[in-house]
Amino acid sequence: MEKRLMKGNEAIAEAAIRAGCRYFFGYPITPQNEIPEYMALHLPQYGGVFLQAESEVSAINMVYGAAGAGARVMTSSSSPGISLKMEGISYIAAAELPCVIVNMMRGGPGLGGIQPSQADYFQAVKGGGHGDYHMTVLAPASVQEAFDLTMEAFEIADYYRNPVMILGDGVIGQMMEGVVLREPVKLEELKEKEWATDGAVNREPNIINSLFLDAVKLEEHNLKLKAKYDLMREREARAELYKMDDAEYAVVAYGTSARISRSAVDEARKKGIRVGLIRPVSLFPFPEKIIRSTIAKTRTYLVVEMSLGQMIEDLKLALNGKRPVCFYGRTGGILPLVDEILESIELMRRGEGIEADCCLS
Amino acid sequence: MKLTAAYPESLTGKEFHYCPGCTHGLIHRLIAEVIDELEIREKTIGVAPVGCAVLAYEYFNLDMQEASHGRAPAVATGIKRVHPDRVVFTYQGDGDLASIGTAEIIHAANRGEKISVFFINNAVYGMTGGQMAPTTLTGQRTTTSPLGRSVESSGYPLKISELLSILEGSVFIARVSVHNPAHIMKAKRAVKTSFQYQLDGKGFSLVEFLSTCPTNWGMKPVEALRFAGEEMTKYFPPGTYKEVE
Ligand SMILES: Cc1ncc(C[n+]2csc(CCOP(=O)(O)OP(=O)(O)O)c2C)c(N)n1
Ligand code: SF4
Repeated sequence: MEKRLMKGNEAIAEAAIRAGCRYFFGYPITPQNEIPEYMALHLPQYGGVFLQAESEVSAINMVYGAAGAGARVMTSSSSPGISLKMEGISYIAAAELPCVIVNMMRGGPGLGGIQPSQADYFQAVKGGGHGDYHMTVLAPASVQEAFDLTMEAFEIADYYRNPVMILGDGVIGQMMEGVVLREPVKLEELKEKEWATDGAVNREPNIINSLFLDAVKLEEHNLKLKAKYDLMREREARAELYKMDDAEYAVVAYGTSARISRSAVDEARKKGIRVGLIRPVSLFPFPEKIIRSTIAKTRTYLVVEMSLGQMIEDLKLALNGKRPVCFYGRTGGILPLVDEILESIELMRRGEGIEADCCLS
Repeated sequence: MKLTAAYPESLTGKEFHYCPGCTHGLIHRLIAEVIDELEIREKTIGVAPVGCAVLAYEYFNLDMQEASHGRAPAVATGIKRVHPDRVVFTYQGDGDLASIGTAEIIHAANRGEKISVFFINNAVYGMTGGQMAPTTLTGQRTTTSPLGRSVESSGYPLKISELLSILEGSVFIARVSVHNPAHIMKAKRAVKTSFQYQLDGKGFSLVEFLSTCPTNWGMKPVEALRFAGEEMTKYFPPGTYKEVE
């Protein structure tokens, strides 16, 4: 197997190409520019199309058209650009079009900053655009995982006919690590999309649409979407458990904050604290069952995020009041430090900071 | 015997929901007839707008995509880039194309995107109940310009055909009217030319139709045709604005 030293953004772009993505529409924004740049250079070599759109709004609508035409297609952006894509993502989810969307989150709100952040969690997992829908959301914590999850994202998108978001941040995008590259999929082996608009030859016309003027029909449609989300909850929820076998305490974190938390867990273990790490890999569906399976041994949970506390809400819903939850977060582009998380773990063990749900920040 | 008139295969036969005297239906029919005549039904993909023609995907007997408001040219771009050998068109009103979707239409034209755009200029927002459009004539009363459109506050009616014809990516731009049979025949020829340019792989083309909205203009159908033919054409002169060899 081929191994290469790559930036997270490049790994995502290479993974997309190997997953059979031949169309990319995007608009420049830091810190994800290596993705469109990689696509601009490499896609034409595969007979694909890279197009720099006039805006994120246009880019996501080009994705809609290309996905509806049956192609594997991707776009990428960062927080302010993702906000602009939200209308299109709502239409894509409603029209049941498969595609992959990368968000390399930066600090917000507003124009915010360009440093890494996890403040778009709500937007990613709760819908983000208007209406009753969800994207599937995957959160890599290493360059290898960014590569693997992107390749898988195309499979998940096609299987469920749903947009899949790769939710990373500036650290994941910019960091360089060795990546084992999986073999490319064979395009001719991909399942045919008999619903796609590619010309109505010897069949009834195919229609890509999200309009249901009849409320009864729209409710039916939304229930059909819900059935897909329920199936995802059943089959796609995943989390990595680290040192959780005997853990009395658990840190819950995803992506970059999980990497840092892992070191804090190791430090705490050296001090004799029985603490582990739960790292959600799928954020929608949220790995509720996996988390609930830890309740028997774990007394208290500490959520660490690069935001003022968003995933904490899903953790609380998963625990349903059965265990106390505390929180440590940095925001605006500041990374939490190992020592700070360690301090929060110690506070958690002393039973402090729990009432306020916030140890430090 | 030569068949001179038949229901086009490129229409589903579903009854149009358009108001009496509205020319949306007539324009659908022209497009469908041309698609039949060029024998491209099985390779044509249409993109419907948000506006009164939002249900166009139920009327055209073709593969269709329904776009969000104003984004049809971006959606068409996505389709055409995946299937460069197919024929792709958008059908858009003036709120859709000339207001919320100006970025998409200008850039699709400027890229020379090989699509055909059918632009229905009825000088109002039909579907939402007759509000002012970017194409509303100066002095024209609408629900959001109750005293008549004022240049002072709303600027000038937007001339899309003139604007797009100066872009290097456009190859065929024409404005047509459908207020009488002679003009209808000219309009149909423009539709055909537009598709022909696309079939020849040449570039972006657009046909602007001066269309009626008797309901929101507060006119009887015949009056509305007269208004389109006599009043709208003064500010929006029909003609071929661009035709690249
Ligand atoms: C994002 C968004 N904004 C506003 C609307 C409401 N809306 C529906 S149709 C329309 C205008 C349609 O006017 P036009 O494009 O001129 O087409 P017509 O109905 O006259 O054929 C508007 C503003 C919408 N559906 N989506
Ligand atoms: S409201 Fe106007 S544009 Fe819409 S169908 Fe009626 S007449 Fe036609």
